[in-house]
Amino acid sequence: MVELSVNGKVRRVDAEPTALLLDVLRNRLGLVGARFGCGQGQCGACAVLVDGEDRASCAVEIGSLKGKSIVTVEGIGTPDKPHPLQTAILETQAGQCGYCLTGIVVGAKALLDKNPSPTRKDIVTALSGHLCRCGVHNRIVDAVLLAARRMREAAA
Amino acid sequence: MTIPPTLAGNPSLDRWVGFDADGKVRIAFGKVEYGQGTMTALAQIGAEELDVDWSRVRIDEPATGAAPDEGLTVGSMSVEMSGPAVRMACAEVRGLFLDAAASALGCERDELTMVDGTVHRAGRATAHTYWTLAKDVDLRRPPSEGVVAKTPDAYRIVGKSVPRLDLAPKVFGAAFIHDMLPADVVHARVLRQPSSHARLVELNEAAVRKAAGAAIEIFREGEFVAFLSSSEAAVEAALARAGEIARWDNAGDIAPAMSEAQSLKSLPSEQFELGAPKGEPSNRRRISATYSKPYISHGSLGPSCGVARWQDGRLTVWTHAQGVYPIRATIADGLGLAVEQIEAHHVQGPGNYGHNGSDDAAFDAALLALRHPGRTIRVQWRREDEFRHAPVGTAMLIELTAELDASGRIADYTAELWSPPQTGRGRAIGARALPRAESSAPAAPPVMMRGGMRFSGAVLNAKPSYDIAATRIIEHAISRPPVRTSSLRGLGGPPNEFAGECFIDELAEAAGADPLAYRLAMLSDARARHALTRVAERAQWSRRWKAGTGRGLGLAFCIHRNRGAYVGVVAEVEAAEEVRVSKVWCVADAGLIVNPDGARNQIEGGIVMATSWALKEQVRLEGPGIAVKSWDDYPILRFDEVPEVEIELVHAPQHPAVGIGEISSGPAMAAIGNALAHALGARIRDLPFTRERIAAALLAER
Repeated sequence: MVELSVNGKVRRVDAEPTALLLDVLRNRLGLVGARFGCGQGQCGACAVLVDGEDRASCAVEIGSLKGKSIVTVEGIGTPDKPHPLQTAILETQAGQCGYCLTGIVVGAKALLDKNPSPTRKDIVTALSGHLCRCGVHNRIVDAVLLAARRMREAAA
Repeated sequence: MTIPPTLAGNPSLDRWVGFDADGKVRIAFGKVEYGQGTMTALAQIGAEELDVDWSRVRIDEPATGAAPDEGLTVGSMSVEMSGPAVRMACAEVRGLFLDAAASALGCERDELTMVDGTVHRAGRATAHTYWTLAKDVDLRRPPSEGVVAKTPDAYRIVGKSVPRLDLAPKVFGAAFIHDMLPADVVHARVLRQPSSHARLVELNEAAVRKAAGAAIEIFREGEFVAFLSSSEAAVEAALARAGEIARWDNAGDIAPAMSEAQSLKSLPSEQFELGAPKGEPSNRRRISATYSKPYISHGSLGPSCGVARWQDGRLTVWTHAQGVYPIRATIADGLGLAVEQIEAHHVQGPGNYGHNGSDDAAFDAALLALRHPGRTIRVQWRREDEFRHAPVGTAMLIELTAELDASGRIADYTAELWSPPQTGRGRAIGARALPRAESSAPAAPPVMMRGGMRFSGAVLNAKPSYDIAATRIIEHAISRPPVRTSSLRGLGGPPNEFAGECFIDELAEAAGADPLAYRLAMLSDARARHALTRVAERAQWSRRWKAGTGRGLGLAFCIHRNRGAYVGVVAEVEAAEEVRVSKVWCVADAGLIVNPDGARNQIEGGIVMATSWALKEQVRLEGPGIAVKSWDDYPILRFDEVPEVEIELVHAPQHPAVGIGEISSGPAMAAIGNALAHALGARIRDLPFTRERIAAALLAER
């Protein structure tokens, strides 16, 4: 039995410490927002926040997460209560197939939590571990800038 | 207007339109959404003709039986082909309801209009709506000739950038076929044959079970081997171990040199010729150059997935393939079932840029479901499987020859191509592994067009988009390439546009002309001239500097498939050891634009993907097949490498809507190629533009 803190709740999972976080999230906890893309930590589709850091959940064993806080895209925003990043992505239609988008929301959240006023360069650097095959990168950067501006205005 | 082909092929209006009791309108079509915006654009066309508010529209995912059969969703033809069918079906339905209202009201139909589904008379709402009249109007009737649809000046929804209907769930969580995880789901992984003729000689099942760590079933039928369990981690571990220890015979051994397009000439081929007969020998100036494009991968971000269940003699398949009817036929054929026994449902999947692994994953699931009655089987491909076993976009070798007249203008043009198949689904790879299958895949049958002409994806845009007296195409069709090739965004169009438009720059240089002026002198079509001059203006072409400075500006133009959108592209690059594309401008005239924001998104996506193709991508072959296992082996363009993109859509609603999704990648690759030649002062004719090729080109120039 492994105890995990996921989206602010303690979840007890009957699994080996070597179980991969992505598998546990999707198949044990019903949190499918982290998506299977490569299983090798190379594409960012399965990103979650681990203590605020953008991490590939396919490459993290749950045994390494003791005392750490895990936030998935479901913990960032929901259709009823979207995060400004999700609102901005939909407003700017910054998606085509959308398979990369939940991971990118996670990656962008990790950035904005540390740097509320990122430049385009900051954003592309922060997201360079996230692949998008449809070629929506520029719109996504626009959406992150829009969300960042709104979040700053709301905080002011 | 005559009845559009796919409406004539599904001749019952109730298959296209229905009115639900909750005040919604159901619009159906056979084209599927995979991120390209087709669902939304077709829904806009339907809502427009029905005169209902956008919020009333309900679109069901296509499923066999219910949805009209419109074949595959390919060739960026959904709006072009399915659009007219939806338009005419909905226009006729609106007319039928107005007729019914007129008869109920005892008036003429011209006195009535439809306003958000309510019939109005003399500007005031009547009691009649689509929903009140639905019981009186039987839509189980064939479409009629001569139905009059709206004219573009009356459009309220078509031409507006309405948000995509499918996008919202994709930023929150569950949205894809991969997320179909019912409590009783059985996870499956397939151990793929290294190649279609490979025979499994040894698999230590005990070692595989040990690695799985939980109870698994090992399924074997012929060379088809799968692992099944309620635990996804167990089947994943089983497959990883099996891949290490399985011993295969007759897997094949492909020489790495076969990765290069130059190898295509060594393969058997059949020759086809199109266009003008071979010209008489002339004393005109003759210039030739050879271009190439390698094998490339779809690189869809989500590896393919298929879900299926066999219950009471019926097979239900959930799939992200490009068409529910074609995949149903493929599965029926491979499993020896009647199509009536199979129901195929489309479910959202990751980007589908052509024929990737989605068909094969659906077949895998179907086979395993048939052998496990009453169980819901979910097959997930690994990244490695998608790279190694999905079809690839084919390599091409393109030899171009032009004869210039005394003024330097092209008088005679020949494109000679070597290409493996660009289309052709054939049998699923799972079916080829079954005992009764032949030892290797039969060559895909030729695809025929209406009128009985052979369709060749290889020749698309091989004929330049200019006024040239004599052009011809010689195609060497290679039916048995070393790896399975099939459709990938644009087929032969983008490589031909790359080669042809780079070659035009070479000819301009030979003629001592500016690339823009040289093209314009051979372009009489006003829409073509506008797209090209406008993109040159936007990119400030007149500032173009001398060649060889390390910075380059290049342009390209084409008429998509010689009959569709007019596309001009300019690219600016910086080249040192590697190439960086800093900015791309594009002006496109695609006639009536149904959803301008969606069109921009597609055009930009095509440019970014083409930048990745041009700079980075090549599938390498080795041993039994494809050597690519991970993104490390197949880098694609990343966030910090993406060019700035500026797009202008020409406002031309008086012209019919034509496809958008494939129009920008070819001219983008060509503009990048021309900009790179300008930056280096040396021409690279082989894709991709790697560090090695840049060094070699510079060395050759010195």
